[in-house]
Amino acid sequence: MESFSLLLQGLSTALEPMILLYALIGVTLGTAVGVLPGIGPALTVALLLPVTYGLDPAGSLIMFAGIYYGGMYGGSTTSILLNTPGESASIVTAIEGNQMARQGRGGPALATAAIGSFVAGLIATLLLAFLAPQVVKLALTLGPREYFALMVLAFVTVSATFGDSALRGLTSLFLGLALACVGIDGLTGAARLTYGVPQLMDGIETTTLAVALFAIGEALAVAAMLDPPDGMHRVKGSVRMTREDWRRSWKAWLRGTFIGFPIGSMPAGGADVASFLSYAAERKLTKHPEEFGHGAIEGVAGPEAANNAAAAGTLVPLLTLGLPTTATAAIMLAGFQQFGLQPGPLLFVMNAELVWGLIASLLIANVMLVVLNLPLIGLWIKLLSIPRPWLYGGILLFATLGTIGVNPSPIELGMLILFGVMGYGMRLYGYPVAPVVVGLILGPMAEQQLRRALAIAQGDWTTLVSTPVSAVLLGVSAVFLVVPMIMRLRGRGQVLSQVAGDAD
Amino acid sequence: MSEGVTPERRPRWAAFIIAAGLAGLAVMILLDAAGLKQDGGYAGVGPADVPRLIAYGLLVLAGLTVASGLKGDLPRPPRQAPAPLLWIMGGLIGQLALLHVAGFVISGAVLFGMTARGFGQKPLWRNLLVGYALAFVIYGVFDRLLKLNLPGGPLELLIFRG
Repeated sequence: MESFSLLLQGLSTALEPMILLYALIGVTLGTAVGVLPGIGPALTVALLLPVTYGLDPAGSLIMFAGIYYGGMYGGSTTSILLNTPGESASIVTAIEGNQMARQGRGGPALATAAIGSFVAGLIATLLLAFLAPQVVKLALTLGPREYFALMVLAFVTVSATFGDSALRGLTSLFLGLALACVGIDGLTGAARLTYGVPQLMDGIETTTLAVALFAIGEALAVAAMLDPPDGMHRVKGSVRMTREDWRRSWKAWLRGTFIGFPIGSMPAGGADVASFLSYAAERKLTKHPEEFGHGAIEGVAGPEAANNAAAAGTLVPLLTLGLPTTATAAIMLAGFQQFGLQPGPLLFVMNAELVWGLIASLLIANVMLVVLNLPLIGLWIKLLSIPRPWLYGGILLFATLGTIGVNPSPIELGMLILFGVMGYGMRLYGYPVAPVVVGLILGPMAEQQLRRALAIAQGDWTTLVSTPVSAVLLGVSAVFLVVPMIMRLRGRGQVLSQVAGDAD
Repeated sequence: MSEGVTPERRPRWAAFIIAAGLAGLAVMILLDAAGLKQDGGYAGVGPADVPRLIAYGLLVLAGLTVASGLKGDLPRPPRQAPAPLLWIMGGLIGQLALLHVAGFVISGAVLFGMTARGFGQKPLWRNLLVGYALAFVIYGVFDRLLKLNLPGGPLELLIFRG
């Protein structure tokens, strides 16, 4: 029961007025960006990193986590009303949710999404609190070779397991790894790929790359589309769910939670994978198969619960191992590093107050979110009436603001534009962008662990598979790499491409 | 983002260009790695080795990309509208060029105005005015309140530091 007392201590941190304010700002921003198309939680956290440089670390990190949770809530609104998912984890929600909205049942769809997110967020955050100390104990027994194997597993699942092409996923990953080489080598101090340009010595800024790929690449891709997306469906009637809706939703929420949390907490893809699997499960288990595809409420309730549970699950490897498994988590890791904190087992010892404050804040953020999202839903829908030209003009202005604020050099802005064009090209030809960001952040960490492991073993490469844990992890990575390839060769790749994670 | 994308069974030039880019990046990394002092220590693995591995990986991926291009496996993107792209790129480059000459607010207005124009909002002068107002507020909040040190232009320097 040590988790319980730690969590109570965390609550006392989380209830400080300033921290509450940060959490409120985070969830409000998160909901807003979740609702707005073209800007997701990963991008928002990236945009805010430079801004929070001088602020309180605990407050800023709580704000980032609030954005992540809020984005998962808000994303459903656009899916249901516009049929354009506000972020990638809500793609499945659009299938049934938009059908419900077309039949004038948009209100109950929004309600089941919000309440499902709340239930899932609550359970998953508690699971996070009780699981994290166990994983920390486990993590303390891991050495460099096990960490390296874990990172290889994360690389594979992020890039090659899902999506419609392992080749394109791996290409994205290797682009990120190549960019990660730029700068001073962490172990020997040798300058790599800097070509004498001082700005390159520090390496490529995560924020610059993420903002360029997510904001500029996205804006270019949307601007160049010839057919504009669907119109909006007004919410008619009340958001209140009928008794029948409740009866059909609650099991889907719980199932979604218990599908989402493990998926999120293993290095096996993020919220988008979880929401897809939950949808598939609901479709199989439903008593109303004829309604699927025509507005079945389980198809909204399950995936929305699953994506929130997965978001909480993602924090388990991030906080306990320092291992990001989604683009948003990768950027949050950059946020920790900006404050000189390294997530991992030591964080729970050295900064226990911060970690537990963060986890407790998530519980509070969850309550804030359900209040923000149910009674105030009309306000968020108004956000959708911002004309697209102003919206994207504003997004690009903020995108460049972050870069200019940190380092107003033409080189940094030039890189922003260059990566932005790269992001546009990648979208055009179906290359996923998230693996580039994960590669950039995780690349140097994996390299350090590899070289440390080899140094301990005096250059003997077999050390990498010499403990059961590392051998199994590498074996699982190989399975995750090869099995999907075989599935695609046999023409069964559609399942995988539907799970394709695009942004978050 | 794979909607409306249909693979076609004929050689795809785009795949060859992508492969050339990957191979070019690999060569850059290998040339740079060759110039590094090899200092592996106990690990036997120095600063040049991991980049080399990544470069080899890139070369393999370039080869596979060529193969998939020959089979026509690359998705064919839907037709793109070039004019909006040019407006937005113009806005980004305009901001880059003007930033240190005219300051954050004016260059930001250029970026905002041209982006909005790219998304079909006319007239341009009104977009620029809206952008100017927005950038001015942002400058006030972030430079003054949050101490983000943005390059100042004539008007904001007059008002805030005059």
